[in-house]
Amino acid sequence: MSEEKTPLWEVFIRARQGLSHRHVGSVHAADATLALQAARDVYTRRGEGLSIWVVPSAAITASDPADKDELFEPTASKIYRHPTFYDIPDDVGHM
Amino acid sequence: MSVAIAVAETPLVRFLLGRADDALILGHRLSEWTGHAPILEEELALANMGLDLIGQARALYAMAAEAEGAAHDEDDYAYLRDEGQFRNLLIVERPRGDFADTMLRQALYAIYAEMFWQATSRSTHRELAGFAAKAAKEMAYHVRHAGAWVMRLGGGTVESHARAQAALERLAPYLDEMFDGEDPSLAAIAPDVPALRKDWDSAARTLLGEAGLTLPDVPYPQRGGRVGRHGETLGHLLAMFQHLHRSHPGATW
Repeated sequence: MSEEKTPLWEVFIRARQGLSHRHVGSVHAADATLALQAARDVYTRRGEGLSIWVVPSAAITASDPADKDELFEPTASKIYRHPTFYDIPDDVGHM
Repeated sequence: MSVAIAVAETPLVRFLLGRADDALILGHRLSEWTGHAPILEEELALANMGLDLIGQARALYAMAAEAEGAAHDEDDYAYLRDEGQFRNLLIVERPRGDFADTMLRQALYAIYAEMFWQATSRSTHRELAGFAAKAAKEMAYHVRHAGAWVMRLGGGTVESHARAQAALERLAPYLDEMFDGEDPSLAAIAPDVPALRKDWDSAARTLLGEAGLTLPDVPYPQRGGRVGRHGETLGHLLAMFQHLHRSHPGATW
């Protein structure tokens, strides 16, 4: 099957209520409906999900790995941004 | 030497075996796509649907065994009955054919099976009623998936439309048999199968209409699967399916 007729879709699955959708992989499919069904058949065979999103891979704009120094390096020295100086009560659950 | 088992077929045993055989044989036909599907995603989809059906067959064989009370198990029914003892509909034993044959059959059978299991969920046979509610959900997904393909094949390219219409014409003679009634003594256990016809006609014609396909008139519908009169294609399937078990009785791994 050609890339043109069955483009790539990125698959996001939400495993439980209260969690966010997580990227799990990708599928080839001709359109959004079939992509959703393909995602169901490929990625939820063992009861992994409650909800599925599919997004055309072409719609995703990605950062360039070559830019990682200027994008990510500056944060390495700013440890005060990490919320590690206080305790989160257990009852808060997933934040 | 015959290794086939003799089954004491009361109407209830025959009814349960018929529905189990439908699921087993159609599940096997879907499994034949493993390694041959057009794309990886569809290979998994077909295998998933096949596994739904084989799981249904196992549960139904267990109920048949309990009803028969002869210490037979699911393997005995699946592997040690001869062709004439199988009670499945002719439509499920038709060869997998091309992708259009497989998807047209799956959609039209699943529309029927979803309605059948929904109706059976009101059975007085409590175990069967509980099973039916789960089976109806599985078949609803088969309707959705195979139905989506029927629409795309029917409304796709000139070739996909022609192949889908040809598949429908090959399939049409086997549709009527789905609506043959069960034994009258099972009225509280089995649903009124002929009464499903009206809703099935409406749902099937809606799907086919959206796909631009035309259900042909069938002057001579084929039937006989429920009493063991099968096409030659079932014998070939069973030869493949039963060979290993019969060559090595009781083998395990």
